[in-house]
Order: sequence, then structure tokens, then C-alpha cells
Amino acid sequence: MTEKITVALAGNPNVGKTSIFNAITGSKQHVGNWPGVTVERKMGKRKHKDIEMQIVDLPGTYSLTAYSLDEIIARDFIIEEKPDIVVQVIDATNLERNLYLTTQLMELGTKLIIALNMTDLALAKGDSIEVQKMQEFLEVPVISTIGSRGGGIEDLLDSITEEIHRTRTNENVFVYDGEIEKSADELGNVLADDPYYSHYPSRWFSMKLLEGDENIIKKAKESGNYPQIRKILQRTDADSFEAKIADQRYKTIQTMLRQVCNINTDHLSGSDMVDRVVTNKYLGIPIFLSLMWAAFEVTFTFATPFMNIIDIFFGWLAETASDVITISWLASLVGDGMIAGVGSVLIFLPNILLLFFMISLMEDSGYMSRAAFIMDKVMSKIGLHGKSFIPLIMGFGCNVPAIMATRTIEDSRDRLITILIAPFVSCGARLPVYVLLAGAFFGRDAGIVIFGLYALGIFVALISAKLMRSTIVKGEDTPFIMELPSYKIPTLKGSILHMWERGKIYLKKAGGIILIGVVGIWLLASIPAPGSGGTFASEEIYGTTDSMIGFIGQIIEPLVAPLGFDWKIAVALMFGVVAKEIVVGSMGVLYGVGDNEDSLTEILAAGAMTPLAGLGLMVFTLLYVPCFACIGVIKRETGSWKWTVFQLLYGTGLAWIFAFVLYQVGSRIGLFA
Amino acid sequence: MKEKTLNFIEPETSVKVLKVTGQKSSRKRILDMGLTPGTRVEVIRRAPLGDPVEFKLKGYNLSLRKKEAETVLVEIIE
Repeated sequence: MTEKITVALAGNPNVGKTSIFNAITGSKQHVGNWPGVTVERKMGKRKHKDIEMQIVDLPGTYSLTAYSLDEIIARDFIIEEKPDIVVQVIDATNLERNLYLTTQLMELGTKLIIALNMTDLALAKGDSIEVQKMQEFLEVPVISTIGSRGGGIEDLLDSITEEIHRTRTNENVFVYDGEIEKSADELGNVLADDPYYSHYPSRWFSMKLLEGDENIIKKAKESGNYPQIRKILQRTDADSFEAKIADQRYKTIQTMLRQVCNINTDHLSGSDMVDRVVTNKYLGIPIFLSLMWAAFEVTFTFATPFMNIIDIFFGWLAETASDVITISWLASLVGDGMIAGVGSVLIFLPNILLLFFMISLMEDSGYMSRAAFIMDKVMSKIGLHGKSFIPLIMGFGCNVPAIMATRTIEDSRDRLITILIAPFVSCGARLPVYVLLAGAFFGRDAGIVIFGLYALGIFVALISAKLMRSTIVKGEDTPFIMELPSYKIPTLKGSILHMWERGKIYLKKAGGIILIGVVGIWLLASIPAPGSGGTFASEEIYGTTDSMIGFIGQIIEPLVAPLGFDWKIAVALMFGVVAKEIVVGSMGVLYGVGDNEDSLTEILAAGAMTPLAGLGLMVFTLLYVPCFACIGVIKRETGSWKWTVFQLLYGTGLAWIFAFVLYQVGSRIGLFA
Repeated sequence: MKEKTLNFIEPETSVKVLKVTGQKSSRKRILDMGLTPGTRVEVIRRAPLGDPVEFKLKGYNLSLRKKEAETVLVEIIE
């Protein structure tokens, strides 16, 4: 019979944990979320020597305190789910800080194996590490690996299968000074008396109490033995213990490192030299902006031909379907509803794949942290992290991949705010609406108007971030403590895998919402309005006053009338939720000029709408409900309908207020009259 | 003894950490990252816009905003 075991992968960020995970599991992986939170969880399977391993990739952490969500997830998984073995991936070029996490994993009393990764880079740097000695010192297996090339993976798997049947405890490898040990022993005795604690590794629980870990103290308070615990803790000074414990962990590590390796410290690394240029006082910003421009061009310009092909193909398919199917309502459902719906899901795929390819290059090479380092000053002004900058910039192309790109932001509150404000960055799909309306009403000044709209979008995004930070997404500022990892050459395989993963998530998780939305709008446009006597899904009523959507448009007309809009605009805006550029096409249909944009421009310029209302419509289009694809990814990335609905109401509310003030004030002072 | 907080140290200067102050959560993180008393830290550079600042310690590079650096008490190594 095959044995089933769970293996957890732990480690600091930037140590090549993902490449080890990929090398072990290959394509057999599943990406989801940790229950109840937006932190990503990757799981995979591997069978080795008749043992079926379930591999769980824990969030990358530097420590196991309770101050960040990632750390709580990692430590709770080890304590509550009790994986059979934990493999810590360690960056061989950065042993001292990496081993700090090892000290904490050992205190958790879990079975541990160390994967000493990037040993090739350590060697190239001139370091020598005696793996055997390290193994003896730590009393756990240490396996050399080169994750990017799959080196050492078989050895690692062998070691897992051997270790699984061995019993050893390594809780006490790290010994602290007398005072700390004495208090830890006393606490240990109290804990041993109460079955309530038997669930937790006792030494670890004691150390956490001494460090003043709030999460653990809260747990201790639930026990009947708490008064005794409190008595011991009152004698100690948590603040000084906290510093001492961290200090002594590092001291033990240093003692060990002096015995097991020889680190070349004189070496000015390639990384340092690159950084002299890339984060240079004068060159840093121009280089950053050029790279952003390149990434933007690749993502949105290279994607255009693919998007056109998808567009043409689905257009053709919809037409063919309509020709082949003789029942007219069915033809319309299949053509205008379903095929158009699938098309509007797939149309974003080229953008998403290309953007994530670029992001993965930036992340894997180490540049992403530099970008955050360079832009942090700007973003900190609105209470965000430097890493929020790139997703927001990408929003100018398309908000959908931009929202997905917020995955690179570690702090969950920063990430949430970035997702909520991203739709205000004016995307490419809104441009056709501006071009048509600004062209019709403002002629030669159209350029200034369009520029103003982009600026307004940025302004609203920034103000909203600041506002949300101090109201609904409150909490103390996350300290900015960011590693600048050494540069590495990204692997093509890694980047393609990453890109493919994102594409899959988009199709699976956001695709359904988009499809339902598009078909829903088709239904509204096809169901005859009450009392109109039209035929369901006939061409005559589609999207007109005789359809449900037209009916609704007329009902809600009083709502948009103060903005200078009539029911036709209300209907066009409803269609715009499918994709913003559809606002233009729908207006053409509603004003009876079909798809001919020139005649629409003429009708508008001839007075179908006032220039002021036209400007209001552009502002409204910029700010109101984003498209279904955007809604789909907001739901997917926040994991919450509450936040998704909040974004929709907040944006639409703002759109209404801006357009209202513009129209009411504007018409009183005779603006553009 | 020239005690200073880390935010006031000019680039290309080496210092020794004396103490980490500040709020518990940020203090703990800073300690976890290895800025324990006695650790040698080199100030590498400021970001092009002046903040954050890059440091080298324990063989790796770390960046802190000035606000966080202000909580680290250091002395300059001559």
C-alpha cells in the first residue's frame, strides 16, 4: 500500500522556493487561496518510492511571529495541520538570515529537512560550505539543491522518504542564556500540567510567551493555568527578552557558521555593481520609467494582433452561428449572448499572459524590489507601498491584468486598497468613448479634454487611497522593511509557468462571472418590455425602448436626468458594463445611426446632447462600475463580494456626484454654452 | 560615543546597532531581519527620491524607510 504524507515547504522570500516546488511537483499543482484570506496557497503532488507526497507551499516568511498574515498562516499550518515533514529552502548565499527561520522551525518541534538551495551561486561567489558539518550541528538532514535546474531534487525526495520513519527531536538545538532558559523551563512545567496545551509544542509556546507574542498570550489566557503563567511572565521583561532572544538566535547561528563555512566577504558582487547603476540617484528613475514603458508596450502593443484575431474570430463565429441557426431567438442567444460572452472573456487573455510574463521577469530577476525602492517615496504619500506603483501603471492599458498584478504586494491591506482604486486608472477601452465624445463636442480641444480625464482618474485614485487608508481599511502603517535580493537570471520555464498559471486562474475564476454578466445584459436587451408586444430576442427590439433594458432605462431616467443624460444614455451605460467601449456602439444604435461613428458624431454635435452633458458622460464613463471582466477579477482577487460591491457602489456614486456637480454648476455658469 | 539614529547616517558609513526602539510590531520585525544589538550595518545609498534607504548587513541588502530607520539607535564605527 502506498503511504500518504504531507510535506510543507517553508523558507524566506526570494530563496527559490517556487523553483523547488515546481521541480518537485512539475505540472501537478493546484493554485488556490488559504481559507478566508487572499494569500495564495499552492499545493502539488509527487510520488516517490511508493510514498505519495502532498506538497504544500507555505508563504515565504523571514520569521514566525504573529505580525504578518503570511507568518500566521505558515505557523498555524505547521501547528494545526501538523505536516509530516517541513522542508525549509535556504539561500546558500545568505545563510545567516535564512537560518534565523530555521531556529524557529526547530522550536516548533516539527521534523525538518534543509534544502540548501542556490549552492552553485554560493560557489561562484567564493563561499565554501561543509554540508556534512552543518548537518551534524543542526541535527537535521541538509541537502544541496539547485532549484532552477532541478539539481538535487531526487536527493531531497530520498531524504524525505528516509526521514519520515525516523524519530528525532531537535527542539533543543538552540540554547539561550540562563535567565531565559530558566523561565522557559518554569513555563514548560506549568504547560505540561495542563492538557489544554498538549496541542502546542511546549518549548515553542514558552519561548513565544517570553517574547511577548500577543497571539500566543491570548491563547494562554483561555487556560485555567494562566494565573501561574502570568506570575512567571511578570517577573520577566518581555521587551528585553525579545531583543535577547533574537540576538542569541543570531549568535548561535554565527557560532555555527564560523565552523561550517567560509564566506567570502570582500567580493563586490555583480548585484552590487548593477545596483550602482539601476538605483543610482540620477539614472534610477529614467531606467525605471524606460522599463515600465517597455513592459507596457510589450503587454499592450504585442497583444493587439492577438486580440484582433480573437475579436475577428468570435465575430465570424457569432455571424456563422446566426446564419446556421434558423430559430431567430436561439441564433441571437448563441451569437450575441454566448459566443460574444466567451469572446469577451478570451479577449483579455493576451494582455494577461504578456503582462504576467513581464512581471515574472521583473520579480524573478529581483528588479521588482528595486522598482518598489525607487517609487516608494511617491506611494508612501498616499499610504501605500512602493510595490503598488506597477499595477496602477499597468491599469492604463487594462484594469483586468492590473488588478491581477497586485499579487506582488505582500501586505494584504495595501493590496486591497490598490485593487479598489485600480479601476479609476483610465484603461484603453475607455479611450474610444472619449475620442468620440470629445471629438464631437470639443473639436480641436479634444486632446486637452482627454488628457484631463486621465488626470482626473489618477486624482480620484490617489484621493480614494488616502481616504480608504484612514477610514475603512484602517490599521497601523505596515513598517516598510524590504529585502533587496541579489539579481538572478530568470528562467524561461519559470516565467512561462507563472504566466500560464495566471491565465488559468483568470479563465477559471473570473471567466464565469464575465460570461454570466454578458449573457445577463443580452437577456435584458432581448426580453420585450412589458406591454410592448415585441417578440423575444428579435432584431427589432434588441436594445431598444421595446426591450427590457430600454424599459429599465426609461424607469431610471429620473436618476440620470440631473446629470443631463436621457434614457438612451442610461441604456448605453448599462451596455458599457459589458465592456466600456460598447458605450459608443450602443449610442449609435439608440440614436438610430447603427455602427457608423461619423454620423453619430454629427448627430451629437448637432445638439442631441449638450457639450456639458457630453463631458459629464465622459467623466461618468471613467468612474462608474468597471466592466464585467474587471468585476470578475476584483471578486477573484479580494475573495469577497462585499469588497466587490463596495467598489461598484463607491465608483458609481463618485461618477454620479462628479457628473452632477459638473452639469448643475456648469449649466448655471454657462460653461460650454 | 556618538549615538545617532540610523536615518541620520550618511551613505558609505558603517555603524554598529545599539538598540531598536519603536512600536512592538515594527521593532520585532527589524530585530528578526538581523538588526540585533552589535550587528554591523553599512549604509549603502538613499533611493533616488531620498527615501527609503538601502543598508547592507549580514551579507544581504535591506531597505527601510527613514521612519523605520529612526527607531534604530547606532554608533558610527571609526
